[in-house]
Amino acid sequence: MWRVGTVVALHDETATARTITFEVPDWPGHVAGQHVDVRLTAPDGYSTVRSYSIASAPNSDGYVELTVERLPNGEVSPYLTQELAVGDRLELRGPIGGWFVWRTEQTEPIQLIAGGSGIVPLMAMIRSHASAASTALFRLLYSVREPGAIFYRDELQTLSDRNHSVSIAYAYTRATPKDWPRPPSRIDAALIANTTWPSNLAPTCYLCGPTSFVESATDLLIAFDNGRDKIRTERFGPTGERK
Amino acid sequence: MSTDAADYLDGNAAAGDLSKIFVVDVTAAQGQCANCGAIRRFAEAHLYMQAPGVVARCAVCDHILLRLVNAGPRVFLDVRGLTYLRLDTA
Repeated sequence: MWRVGTVVALHDETATARTITFEVPDWPGHVAGQHVDVRLTAPDGYSTVRSYSIASAPNSDGYVELTVERLPNGEVSPYLTQELAVGDRLELRGPIGGWFVWRTEQTEPIQLIAGGSGIVPLMAMIRSHASAASTALFRLLYSVREPGAIFYRDELQTLSDRNHSVSIAYAYTRATPKDWPRPPSRIDAALIANTTWPSNLAPTCYLCGPTSFVESATDLLIAFDNGRDKIRTERFGPTGERK
Repeated sequence: MSTDAADYLDGNAAAGDLSKIFVVDVTAAQGQCANCGAIRRFAEAHLYMQAPGVVARCAVCDHILLRLVNAGPRVFLDVRGLTYLRLDTA
């Protein structure tokens, strides 16, 4: 079932990513980690659908936030991040997905691992954790190209400062902040050992990012004796657009 | 194997299309592969969307579990690669 969402706010997260807030009358509510399908229809009738993760915490206000990364050769993301304006209306289907979700009833330790814009559904989980005042222990390992590519930087800092049950580690793959101890590199075994929950705590792990990133992070978690049944993944595919 | 390992998504990505057919969420459903017998969540299947339809393959043996093709006002659903799907209806 498609619903019409009206754009009520736009906010740039980075030079290439924008958060879009939709007001959706009769929105049924969502669970952190779910996504929506967005349908764009041109005046000539051509229509196309893309999936985007929901960034906002569950709420009952009828607002849905998506953060969209602009892809150089994308068909839809350049429009959403550069041309869409407040007051525009788009069709949304969802919320979708009942597996890659974190519910506020969960009390076990949670390990989140994000690659690039894979942070978006994990941010919904962190926001849900905060708004529900959950005491579940959260760790986020967030891999980004460079400091300027971090989404939600100030909010993440504030949430982890204020709430000791959320801790955040960054991994930079191309350029680091000044005096950063770890040279630019991908997530590796040492980083997993130093920044993620030990497997004997039986954390539930949520991994989101490009397919190759998710594959290698999953393999590392399994190498550290995390059970495959404790690892939930969401892949963006090689292009970053899910459809 | 004929498929490029970097080209797939996971079962979550088919949830929107499947929501046109199923009244409950399919991504959390457990399914058994008719080829190797592995029992996994549908969300864990490897999903290929480059074809005219959507093809879900077993994460263990790569056998086709499900195919979904949109053809105008009709949807074709082929699930012969699944022995069963266990859906939570609560």
